[in-house]
Amino acid sequence: MLPFARQLAHLGYADLKAKNVSTLQVNLGWRCNQSCKHCHLMAGPHRPEQMERDTIDAIVRVVERWSIPSVDLTGGAPELNPHYEHLVERLDRSGTHIITRSNLTILFEPGQEHLAEFYRDHRVELVCSLPYYQEDLVDRLRGAGVFQKSLEALRRLNRLGYGQPESGLKLNLMYNPAGAYLPPEPGALEEVFRRELAQRYGIQFHQLLTLLNMPIGRFKEFLERSRNYERYMGKLVSVFNPATVSGLMCRSLISVAWDGRLYDCDFNQAMDLSLLAGLPQTIGDFDLPALASRSIHLGDHCYGCTAGQGSSCGGRLAEG
Amino acid sequence: MSHYYEENDLERFDEMGKYRPDLYENFMNYYQGVMSAGALSVREKALIALAVAHAVQCPYCIDAYTRGSLEAGSNLEEMTEAIHVAAAIRGGATLIHGIQAHNAAAKITL
Repeated sequence: MLPFARQLAHLGYADLKAKNVSTLQVNLGWRCNQSCKHCHLMAGPHRPEQMERDTIDAIVRVVERWSIPSVDLTGGAPELNPHYEHLVERLDRSGTHIITRSNLTILFEPGQEHLAEFYRDHRVELVCSLPYYQEDLVDRLRGAGVFQKSLEALRRLNRLGYGQPESGLKLNLMYNPAGAYLPPEPGALEEVFRRELAQRYGIQFHQLLTLLNMPIGRFKEFLERSRNYERYMGKLVSVFNPATVSGLMCRSLISVAWDGRLYDCDFNQAMDLSLLAGLPQTIGDFDLPALASRSIHLGDHCYGCTAGQGSSCGGRLAEG
Repeated sequence: MSHYYEENDLERFDEMGKYRPDLYENFMNYYQGVMSAGALSVREKALIALAVAHAVQCPYCIDAYTRGSLEAGSNLEEMTEAIHVAAAIRGGATLIHGIQAHNAAAKITL
């Protein structure tokens, strides 16, 4: 397999650089009420990693000082961090755009009864995990009973105005494949999701994002266990698409780990591939000019973001 | 060669272009044109291909269009229905040929 860095070098990117930092993606911890089979962070109920209050306050200071346009909160289940609401309230006051990656079933965890209204009150954009519109597949991937609870959560969010056509309360769904294959073209699948969710369950949403399963974490374990790893990587390499490189999310995003360390993306965080030497390494050292044009720490897993139409936390990167 | 069908042979498809590359190129252009979205979606075409793969009993095609259907967003319920369509048409084709047997029998019997 041609190493990813050499693949880019052939395209003239001897050194892939960031263009700016328009999004701070904050991983509030690896604790989660679900244990999804594809999770790149191997998150679950028993993970102890949680961001502490002083790190959260440092993030707020960075967002305010450097006027970061968008903050993307993820985990684990970010809402399980005891300081989640404090962070959202502070960010809301700063005027930055707030995204939360919600697994939906979090709304039914003890102490989270007010969460849907909290999202609404702070106009949090939601990106909600729903890998399919069928119960057996979703439960197989995310755990028994997750599908029905997810539907109930979506109905509750719809009632509050989330996902309604003219609503500013953005509700996007996130699809990922249930195995060792690539995601479909999102436009066509979005039509099917919209029809099925509306007709069967009366649920509305704004946009369907598709995310490829990265060959790391639990998904890599599955690939190796099922002897699919080489073929999957071969597929990612064979559908490498140069048109995706200009929009790679690492070129406009910084990932902050639960312990305050900085990474080029959440996947590098999962693999503990820190920012390259000489760059600020923690949120306390955050320096926008140095980070906005930094060189990216590449690995072969990056083929996951350049496959086909490309993949990112915001969906595909290139037009089909 | 330990088996007539080797999984990795699917990836060697382009070796068929070694001789008469002009024919291979024509075929590939045609193939890609056919399988692209048109009046039918990629998802629908992948399901048709999966059904045909079963009808012609090609293990390479079954492998490729199982993956292709999943990558187009189909599910096992839809894929199984498509395979049933192939089975129904094959079954129907067998039965309708029974009329030929009846005709043949009628021709030679008193």
